[in-house]
Amino acid sequence: MPGADKETDLSERVEAFLAELKRGGSGAGPLRGAGETARETTALLRRITAQARWSSAGDLMEIIRKEGRRMTAAQPSETTVGNMVRRVLKIIREEYARLRGSSEETDQQDSLHKLLTSGGLSDDNFREHYSSLKANVIEAINELLTELEGTTDNIAMQALEHIHSNEVIMTIGRSRTVEAFLKDAARKRKFHVIVAECAPFCQGHEMATSLSKADIETTVIADAAIFAVMSRVNKVIIGTHTVLANGGLRAVNGTHTLALAAKHHSTPLIVCAPMFKLSPQFPNEEDTFHKFVSPQEVLPFTEGEILSKVNVYCPVFDYVPPELITLFISNIGGNAPSYIYRLVSELYHPEDHEL
Amino acid sequence: MADAKEKEEPNQAPSINHTADGGDSKNEDVGRSKTDGRELTKEEKQRLRKEKKQQKKGKSSKEDKGSSEHDQGKGKKPVALPESQVARSPPQKAAGPTAPAPEAPAAASSSSSDKPTKSKAELKAERRARQEAERASKAKKGEPGQQPSSSKSKAVPSELQPVVKRLPEHVQVDDPAAIRKLAKKLERQQIPLRSDYGNKVSLFSHLHQYSRNAPLTQQISIPSTVIHPSIVQLGLQYSQGIVAGSNARSVALLHSFKQVIQDYTTPPNEELSRDLVNKLKPYISFLNQCRPLSASMGNAIKYIKKEISNISSQCKEEEAKIQLLECIDTYINEKITLAAKVISEYAIEKISDGDVILIYGCSSLVNHILCEAFEKKRKFRVVVVDSRPRLEGREALRRLVKRGISCTYVLISAVSYILPEVSKVFLGAHALLANGYVMSRVGTSQIALVAKACNVPVLVCCETYKFCERVQTDSFVSNELDDPDDLIVTRKGKTHLQDWQSVKSLGLLNLVYDVTPPDFVDLVITDLGMIPCTSVPVVLRVKNVDQ
Repeated sequence: MPGADKETDLSERVEAFLAELKRGGSGAGPLRGAGETARETTALLRRITAQARWSSAGDLMEIIRKEGRRMTAAQPSETTVGNMVRRVLKIIREEYARLRGSSEETDQQDSLHKLLTSGGLSDDNFREHYSSLKANVIEAINELLTELEGTTDNIAMQALEHIHSNEVIMTIGRSRTVEAFLKDAARKRKFHVIVAECAPFCQGHEMATSLSKADIETTVIADAAIFAVMSRVNKVIIGTHTVLANGGLRAVNGTHTLALAAKHHSTPLIVCAPMFKLSPQFPNEEDTFHKFVSPQEVLPFTEGEILSKVNVYCPVFDYVPPELITLFISNIGGNAPSYIYRLVSELYHPEDHEL
Repeated sequence: MADAKEKEEPNQAPSINHTADGGDSKNEDVGRSKTDGRELTKEEKQRLRKEKKQQKKGKSSKEDKGSSEHDQGKGKKPVALPESQVARSPPQKAAGPTAPAPEAPAAASSSSSDKPTKSKAELKAERRARQEAERASKAKKGEPGQQPSSSKSKAVPSELQPVVKRLPEHVQVDDPAAIRKLAKKLERQQIPLRSDYGNKVSLFSHLHQYSRNAPLTQQISIPSTVIHPSIVQLGLQYSQGIVAGSNARSVALLHSFKQVIQDYTTPPNEELSRDLVNKLKPYISFLNQCRPLSASMGNAIKYIKKEISNISSQCKEEEAKIQLLECIDTYINEKITLAAKVISEYAIEKISDGDVILIYGCSSLVNHILCEAFEKKRKFRVVVVDSRPRLEGREALRRLVKRGISCTYVLISAVSYILPEVSKVFLGAHALLANGYVMSRVGTSQIALVAKACNVPVLVCCETYKFCERVQTDSFVSNELDDPDDLIVTRKGKTHLQDWQSVKSLGLLNLVYDVTPPDFVDLVITDLGMIPCTSVPVVLRVKNVDQ
């Protein structure tokens, strides 16, 4: 009976998490930050590992994959969920491989010989039972959680390397990572920040009030003035929702315009994004890339007469191609966009790209 | 305004010398008349003007008998004004012998109309003699001058074309000398000075920033005897944003001027051509205080002034007025109405069936073009892009939907989402600058940028009367700052920026205009044809030759 209780308890938690995901997707931006989502996902996956019934690594991976599919289906735009699932799958593979004794590298190298002789070997590999696998996996997930907790601080610590004094920095919307980044630099340096308000949700206002409370000279501008003031800006520092596998971004709408304006003025564009936002997806799937919210934000119902005759769009995300980005700052350091593919292959196993 | 005491604008000498000495009784008179809201009497004004001129020229020698000669007839009337601008006069003097020459005949001619007792030539000769004496003595002193370089424009010898034009006041807000000059000018014209509001972003401290809640009309008595009521109404409409848009403002201005001209009567011993121009100056100052003049308004005013001063003195008043009203009507008709028709015809050639056209904000010309194209049965659909805080695109949306054109509506942050579907971008302009830059509503340059990145052609539609000789490369040096409180928004019951004024390190910036570089613009459609952006100075030159 305790097993059954655990199972129902577990499924309740999963259901509750799914409901939260579904609810969080509608309305003004995320209800909670991406970092929180990542941590909750990882905690949930740890619980599943601990409480679900499985005997071999393959079973565990199946269970996690199944739950992962459900979670990503609940909120497709919330890519951190999928990223965490893939990270955990990679952890399981690694721990399994370590217990088996084979080194990681030989397993991962796809040599011609291996392709021709083995073929389909990888599936059978995960059927063996190891008693210490559970403990190892849980420990590794704990490490992952610790890493997740420290990402914002890690990124903020690098702030002084990138901001000099008397700079004019531009940002758009509200990103907790960028906020911590700028506040950390402001402890030692004096600079000026221009925040684009990012209509229609105007998260930029909140960002500006928060920055000004830290005694940073802040100016709020309307989105329409981005190009007009860009000539006086030294750096553009933005956060993003997702980093795609080609080095591009899926960021809040208005970022593409900002990136183009920065490119025109040869202003460096720096993206502060923790590693859990890196997704192995590519931007080609047009119908799943964009997410729309209620057009009431753009054209309110008070304009009733014309509403029925007009198409109104309110997209949430923008695609920014990697050519417009100068630098990624993440918790593991700074990287060029051309290096992102390497990081993807380090974090995720190629077979997990499709859950 | 059929007063006997017609207002006479004193000649505006570029540098005004004020001293804080004596003459209290007359000061009280002036003070009292100002607080009464009554116009200064003609005599008082003449005295004012004379006194200032004398102080400027005869400062070092107060006991100059030449000056006192003039005042014998009228009596001395020094004016006590708060600032003391001692250092202003010398550079004016030291500049060149020709400098006082243009002033002297002008001063002499106006003073001659005041005092028919002395002849023009006599006055001129007297003045010149005095000035020569003064200059000789001043040249030795060589006091440094702190005048803004703009006033030196008159100092340039008249053989050369004056290259340095007078820098407009509204971009010199950070220069206290310029502000004082403006304050004095306004005081003379009896127009209140509008005070700036809120802490400005440091990059824009050279521009004014007014609050919509404090219109200028609160500071003048209504009905005002100084300013014509239609002008007061117009000023209020401008400052509250009721009349907005380049064409609308110009047309409203011209209609108000028609009203002014109709109500105008020439005072005795005055010439209509000169007096009317002087009468318009305080109106223009007032409108400038309500909202800085646009380039199109500036051109219209220049045209009117030219027409007025071209009225021959033989003309009777009624005829002159009819002629002027006709001129204004022709101007509106030619430059705005007919121009719009011609531009529509050109633009419709560029619209083909199946087009998706993107427009930004509410430009009367672009709306006109689209409606005309729809009448001519072209099949297209329109994407209207709008931006906070003005949200003018909603007005354009209403007009187009009423005609039956199918429209899409997005905010400017979504423009990179919608642009791949768009085949052409039509933009309106506020002014076209001589170096090919397009000055338009803020956000236009952004749309042109993204369109260029997506290889979508950008067409700007602009009438030729909006072309101006200024050059500008960025949106900072000359712009307009709107009320910063417009950016504040309440979402879900929370207003984040509510007390932005109390936080010292927080600033709000609400720009009105920006400049688009010519490489983003593919074509400019004007009433003279379809030209590239870089041909603007050619058009200006041709226009100047014509005139």
